[in-house]
Formats: sequence, C-alpha cells, structure tokens
Amino acid sequence: MKSFTFGRLAGLVLAAAIAGAPLAAPAFAQEAAPPAAAAPTTEAAPAEAAPPAAAPAAEEPAAAEAPPAPEKGDTTWMMISMVLVLMMIVPGLALFYGGLVRSKNMLSMLVQVTTVACIGIIAWVFWGYSLAFTDGGTLNKFVGGLSKVGLNGAIFNAEGAFTNVETFSKGVVIPELIFVAFQATFAAITAALVLGGVAERMKFLAVVVFAVLWPLLSYYPMAHMVWWWAGATSAFGMDSAALSDGAGLLWGWSALDFAGGTVVHINAGVAALMGCLILGKRTGYQKEPMQPHSLTLTMVGAGLLWVGWFGFNAGSNLEANGYAGLALINTLVATAAAGVSWLITEQVTRGKASGLGLASGIVAGLVAITPAAGFAGPVGSIILGLVVSPICVIFCSVVKNTLKYDDSLDAFGIHAIGGIVGAIATGILVNPDFGGAGLVDFTKAAVAEYKMADQVLAQVKAVLVAVAWSAVASTIVFFAIKLVFGLRVSAETEEDGLDIAEHGERAYH
Amino acid sequence: MKLIIAVVKPFKLDEVREALVAAGVEGMTVSEVKGYGRQKGQTEIYRGAEYQVNFVPKVKIEVAVDDAAAGKAVEAIKAAAATGKIGDGKIFVLGLEDAVRIRTGESGASAL
Repeated sequence: MKSFTFGRLAGLVLAAAIAGAPLAAPAFAQEAAPPAAAAPTTEAAPAEAAPPAAAPAAEEPAAAEAPPAPEKGDTTWMMISMVLVLMMIVPGLALFYGGLVRSKNMLSMLVQVTTVACIGIIAWVFWGYSLAFTDGGTLNKFVGGLSKVGLNGAIFNAEGAFTNVETFSKGVVIPELIFVAFQATFAAITAALVLGGVAERMKFLAVVVFAVLWPLLSYYPMAHMVWWWAGATSAFGMDSAALSDGAGLLWGWSALDFAGGTVVHINAGVAALMGCLILGKRTGYQKEPMQPHSLTLTMVGAGLLWVGWFGFNAGSNLEANGYAGLALINTLVATAAAGVSWLITEQVTRGKASGLGLASGIVAGLVAITPAAGFAGPVGSIILGLVVSPICVIFCSVVKNTLKYDDSLDAFGIHAIGGIVGAIATGILVNPDFGGAGLVDFTKAAVAEYKMADQVLAQVKAVLVAVAWSAVASTIVFFAIKLVFGLRVSAETEEDGLDIAEHGERAYH
Repeated sequence: MKLIIAVVKPFKLDEVREALVAAGVEGMTVSEVKGYGRQKGQTEIYRGAEYQVNFVPKVKIEVAVDDAAAGKAVEAIKAAAATGKIGDGKIFVLGLEDAVRIRTGESGASAL
C-alpha cells in the first residue's frame, strides 16, 4: 500500500484556510455594520408586517390578538422543500451509493436505501414525530413524549382547524402537517445514510429492523435535543433561562445547527462507523479490487443530492425569507468550493483529479454547510468548503487505510467528519465580523451578543454529545440485531452478490 | 479449414474488419475481452488504496477460413492491427475440423 503524503495534505488544509482569508477580507469590511442592523430588522419585520404595528400589539393582551396564520409563500416553499429532500433519497442517495458498489450488489443498495426511507417515513407518522417534536416531560432534555403518536393533534386541533407550528420569526407559522412531512424526509435520509458504512454485506432483514430500531435510539432523541424549542412567537417575552430549560439539551446550550450537521450527518456517520466495525470488513477487502461499478450513476446521484439539498438547508429555515436565501446561496457556494478543493487535493496527492473525488467533495461540502447554512456568510461558506475537503480526503484514505476499517462508502469519512468540521466552523462563521448572520435573542426578537469562544465551545459540546450518543445508541442497535436476527450475510451470499441471493433479482442482465 | 483467433487493441477493430473483407473473408465473430502479455495494466487509486489492474481491454476476432485463404487472412490482420507499440496483440491459428451453416445444413468448406 502506497504511503500517503500526509504532510502535503496537512499543508493543503492550512493553505486552503490561509488562501480563504484574503477572500474574507472584503466581507469583513462591508459586513461589520449591516448584520447588526439587519438582524433585528428581519426579526422584527414579521411582527410589524402583521397588522397592527408592533407597539400597539405589545399593549394588547396576547389572548386578544388573532393567532398567526400561515402565509401561502412559506407554505409553498416548505412543500417544495419536502419534495426536494425526498428526491435526495430517491433516487439521489440510492444512485450515489449504488454506483459506488460492485454491480452484483447494485440492486440491493437501491432497495436498501429506498426501503429504509419508506420505513422511516411510516415510523415518523406513528411515533417518530411525537418522540422528536413534543414535550417529553421529565425526559424533555433528551426526547419527546407520546402526545402526538399517530400524529394525534398534529394535523387538526380540537376545533377541526389545521394546527400550525412556529418558526424562527415571531408571528410566522406554517401548517404543522407540512412540518411533519418535511421532517419525515430528514428522519428517512439519516437512517439511509448509515447504509454507506455497511454496504455489500448486511442482511436485508437486518436492514429492515435497523430502519425501525435505530431512529428510536439515535435519531428521534438527537432531533429533539437539537431542534425542540418553544418557537419564536412563544419565546418572545419569555425568560431566557426558562426558554433554555424547556428546550432540548443542545438547543438549551445555544449550540447552532441549522439543518442537521449533528442530528443527521454526525449521527449517521458515527453509526456507519460502528456498523462497519461490528459487521466486519467485506471479504477480500484491501486484497481484491472493489471499484465503484458505475461512477456515472454516482455522479448522477451527487447532482441530485446537490439540487435536493437546497430543500434540506433552505427548507430548514421553515419559511421563505432572507435567511432561507442565505442558506440557499451558502449551499450553492460551499459545495462548489468543496468540489474544487477535493479536485485540487487529489491532483496534488494522487496525481490525477478523479470523478469519485469530485462527487465526494460535493457531498462533503454539502455536509459541512448543513449546520452553518443559515448562519455563515457566502465567503465564509466558500472557505468552509475549501477546508473540509482535504480533511475528509485524509479520513477517507490515510486514516481508513491505516486503521483498516471498511467504511465502504465513506459514510464516516464524509458525513461524520464533514459534519464535525461544519458544526464547529458554524461557531466561527456565524460571527458578523466574518460576514455571518450573527446570533438572535428570541426572547427579545433582537440581536444577541456573540462571543466566539462561548459559541465555539457550545458547538464542540454539541459535537461531543452527538458523537457519544450515536456511538452508544448505534452499538446497542447493531448488537441487538446481531443477537436476534444476525447482521451479516453468509460468505456464499457475499460472493454471489446480494442482488441475486437476497432479492432473487439482478440489477443488470 | 483453419480457425484464426486474433486478440487486438479495441480501436483497431474496424481497420482489421475492413482488411479481412478486402482479403475475401465473409464473416467473423467479435467479443470484448481482457488480457495482457507484456503490456502492463494501469494502476488505479480509489481513496488512497492502490489497485494494480492487470487486465487490459482487448477485442477478440474469430474467423473460420479455407486452408488456402488462411495465410492471406493472417497477413491482413497483422498489417491492420499493428501500431508498433507493446500491446498490439497476438494471432493464433487453429486447425478447424468442421463448420456447418445452420440454415442450409451445408458443412465443410462450403459452409464458410
């Protein structure tokens, strides 16, 4: 095995960061004043836009105000976002992963990804949504309760009107069922991502059980810890401590995660690592060639992922306003930068820039920008994209080949590592001095003070919790399945290919 | 009768086909194969893991000819398929016991 030019890689990471700095300089100069003014304006605007004006509304008792109603633009945007995220799974992720496996396993990868998504969606309706997005009583820091099992009370209220959920703007709501549907796709894709670590050797039955069990122990609690909070309308006027206390653990720590760097990517990536370690390496790993059978389809998948991800990131804003636009442009530029960065890294270390590398760089950029999407500025996002690729290259090649774990499709190397880089970088890039959107004090609908050390610390704490929780929860799930159903296919099945052995079909004839 | 098996570089297929037609050969069977002789394969790197891919894509052409035509056919293939570089391929000449035209049932030289 050829030894990798680690020193050159580390130098590249540094170079990328330094190269990015002059790019950010213009952003420093022009952004210093506006964000401070922009934040309260954007935050206060929804309140003022709803007639009557903010001042008279504050004088009236809250009960006399008409409850906020969804706006058609926000509602439409959220519906489109859900569709985009679904496309990320089918066929985006299915093809991305499918192209990376050997042709004898193509069909099984497509079926596994799609099936896990289908199960995830159904489970979300029955218990997932409730466990993620309701008050969990004594366990509320970690998980929700059962009050909305079967979406009871999550579609219609007692009077038969559609229920709404709050957003990040005071006075802005969207229909709850659209939020439910949107979040269902998140739950679905997170579990499907894990399949990248256990590709070409996991029993279909084990995959099905995993799709039900793993979200219960890992996804729903993480979603709750990061995203459960009162909402901007309820938060206004609340006591700060009360707001934090009533929220999920990580939200209460002021950890920022716009679209799920921790909940989705670190969670799935770490689970993939646990899975690949518990299942063991593919037979012939590092001895036989196991090249992607169709980088064509992988590139198609990467393209679909990129396009769909605008729904994932900008949709996580829950409404169609400037912050959604910020997430949109960040998702565009960070990804482009990461793609180019991976190409450059490979040109330097491998001698040739590869298509696999470009596809991987694009996904790495998407993963990294996910937690930062509505917080960073575009120049900061480009820097993040430039920086994340060399780091992921190191994990996907040097670290993986040295430690010899078979993270087959680099779910850990891209999703966990990219997610960690992005999550921590969010604490830095949100800085208004770096062109970021700055922090919001939802109790006052005003700009909150930003201290880099405090914010980065909150990010690091959240990352550590995400890694630890996922590692433990995933280990339990994989071992439980191993004990009861068995995890791995037989040696003969692995040799013949999962398509014919597990599904009685071939992807190709 | 002789069965001539030629393994040549894929991009030479058309040239060889034309040369064989010019030499009076009326049919052939072609398959995509992999192989190597003195030409080494490529080294492919996926995720920092190196794979020595020994086999190089080639095209195999099989023609059945009369003894008298065999020499001319071999010369035609040789001239058309050569580039002068390693990996040009090889030609094998086998003795062919019988040939049958399925539609008419003819056998022997009249089936060629």
